[in-house]
Amino acid sequence: MLFGRVRGTVVSSLKYKGLEGVKLLIVQPVDSHMQPLGGLVVAADTVMAGINDLCVMARAREASLAMPDVKFVPVDLAITGIVDELSAHLDDELDFNLKSGQNRYT
Amino acid sequence: MILAKVTGTVVTTISTPDYKNHRLLVVKPLVMEGDNPNEEFIALDNSQAGIGDTVLVNREGGGNRLVLGNPDSCVNSVIVGIVDSVNISEG
Repeated sequence: MLFGRVRGTVVSSLKYKGLEGVKLLIVQPVDSHMQPLGGLVVAADTVMAGINDLCVMARAREASLAMPDVKFVPVDLAITGIVDELSAHLDDELDFNLKSGQNRYT
Repeated sequence: MILAKVTGTVVTTISTPDYKNHRLLVVKPLVMEGDNPNEEFIALDNSQAGIGDTVLVNREGGGNRLVLGNPDSCVNSVIVGIVDSVNISEG
């Protein structure tokens, strides 16, 4: 799953069967420090997110499983939660490197 | 599965029912020293992990649905274990 910031809406009148009534939003994927990751993408909304909301998104096959009614739909990114609170550590506070030999974590 | 370190917590009130009774954590994959760091992502916690813990993350949908016991859950990654130590051979 990944974070996304809602940037806009998409209107599409001719859609694949099963996608009727599904709200589509333009989303900017971001990291936990709100830095953008790649370009804008389209996500299906399942939680009534609004513009500028920070959201949690499911991708791949699991995105279509997030849809409320018909599960077998061509969706590869779905908004599955609206973030109320996020606490993120700065990257340099933790060590993400593996070393050759024994690495102890406890 | 991959090794990752927990770097943050996420609170969502309005969310899919699959996230209920679980915590969402931000995790960042571990890499060998000198390699480029990988992008962080969100994983559902199934093993009471906390910030700073090194964890085992399953990133395959079929396994995740098995872990959560729901054939329709929309979860891409689940924390399935807390790592005590890792031994990597030289070379």
